[in-house]
Amino acid sequence: MVQALDYLKETASQTAGPYVHIGLTPNFCGIGGVYDTDLGTTMVSENTLGDRITVSGRVLDGTGTPLRDALVEIWQADAAGLYNSPSELRGAADPAFSGWGRCPTGGEDGAFLFETIKPGRVPFKDGRPMAPHITFWIVARGINVGLHTRMYFPDEAEANAADPLLLRVEHRHRIATLVATGSAPNYIFDIHLQGEKETVFLDI
Amino acid sequence: MSDRANQKPETGAFFPRDRNWHAPALTPGYKTSVLRSPQKALLSLDGTISEITGPVFGHSMLGELDNDLIHNFAKPGESAIGERIIVHGRVLDERGRAVSGALLEFWQANAGGRYRHKKESYLAALDPNFGGCGRTITDGEGFYSFRTIKPGPYPWPNGVNDWRPAHIHFSVFGHGFAQRLITQMYFEGDPMIWKCPIVNTIADRRAIEQLIAPLDWANTIPMDARAYKFDIILRGRRSTLFENRIEGN
Repeated sequence: MVQALDYLKETASQTAGPYVHIGLTPNFCGIGGVYDTDLGTTMVSENTLGDRITVSGRVLDGTGTPLRDALVEIWQADAAGLYNSPSELRGAADPAFSGWGRCPTGGEDGAFLFETIKPGRVPFKDGRPMAPHITFWIVARGINVGLHTRMYFPDEAEANAADPLLLRVEHRHRIATLVATGSAPNYIFDIHLQGEKETVFLDI
Repeated sequence: MSDRANQKPETGAFFPRDRNWHAPALTPGYKTSVLRSPQKALLSLDGTISEITGPVFGHSMLGELDNDLIHNFAKPGESAIGERIIVHGRVLDERGRAVSGALLEFWQANAGGRYRHKKESYLAALDPNFGGCGRTITDGEGFYSFRTIKPGPYPWPNGVNDWRPAHIHFSVFGHGFAQRLITQMYFEGDPMIWKCPIVNTIADRRAIEQLIAPLDWANTIPMDARAYKFDIILRGRRSTLFENRIEGN
């Protein structure tokens, strides 16, 4: 006999359901007076360093229909490539930039929109620079475990070509699903949950 | 955002997620998953700094009633109707270490199973004193608590006669974005749990049991509120020793 390998098991995920906005963006769905503002709606202030960009897009199901009940969160480095997190040991991130945003998809077109800054480059585990990217996390009714993916920039072709994560994508034509369209300062990133144009999702 | 300056930062990558313990993406018994599940394999990769970091929220963002759903939407002097309960527990990681400073957000239906949402058309009435959302942040030892009313079950258009068990939705931020988790808490003894297509997206019975909060008689407040205890486990992370810097744990 040996000692039991006594790690706990992670709490299992469950879908966020159709009413996720009650909990995470209550003002957006008409529940006023509980919180002053919805968390994650403002990422930048006038003091934030870096180039202002917008990132908008839709989350589409297997028939190409936009989800109007999804919730999208993003997480990214500041303009210097530093994360506003206690686990960031390379230096102090821009205090005027949270790095984190949250947006519901709700209108007729099911679009999300983030007003943010273009992130700097951050290193892969072996020190190689990754191309500038924004981490996405998507939850909704019908999604049992939140989906992670990344958005890369269309005007960073050289950096993208050497990006350690993109180099791991076996079917090269699928890399395009991780690269935004549009051009500075307005980028568009549609997320396809399923089918021919299916976005590459990460187990990371 | 952070008020954790005194704590030693952790930089190890997270334990891989056990995707056989979690529900698969495609679970046809839960019909909406059919068109919203990726069909291609996930790209698996050890966490980078983009995932082992994450936003941390300070206690200063919390309002006085944020963790009191009985009162945070109620008119002055009034309160929500229903079974008054306290839900409390601890947020730990897979190593059993407390996760301090974890932001928890929760949402739920009222005592009759009605959500305050424009898309909800269930005929059960809204409670004018119940909004259904709350939030809190774990303390230095990972403990949290909030006060609410026990939500009712409600019917939903999946099968002809599907009803959700009473449940509270939880959203959790740990210390790294890879720990991000949304789940649902169920109540001990509810016979609806085992009939539910959403619960049954999870194949392993032990994983389902981990979502069921026991009645915590010891913490029930006489003549006031009963208590349920719900612990949450987030992904563990490798120690510094197992990364490329040998600086001890």
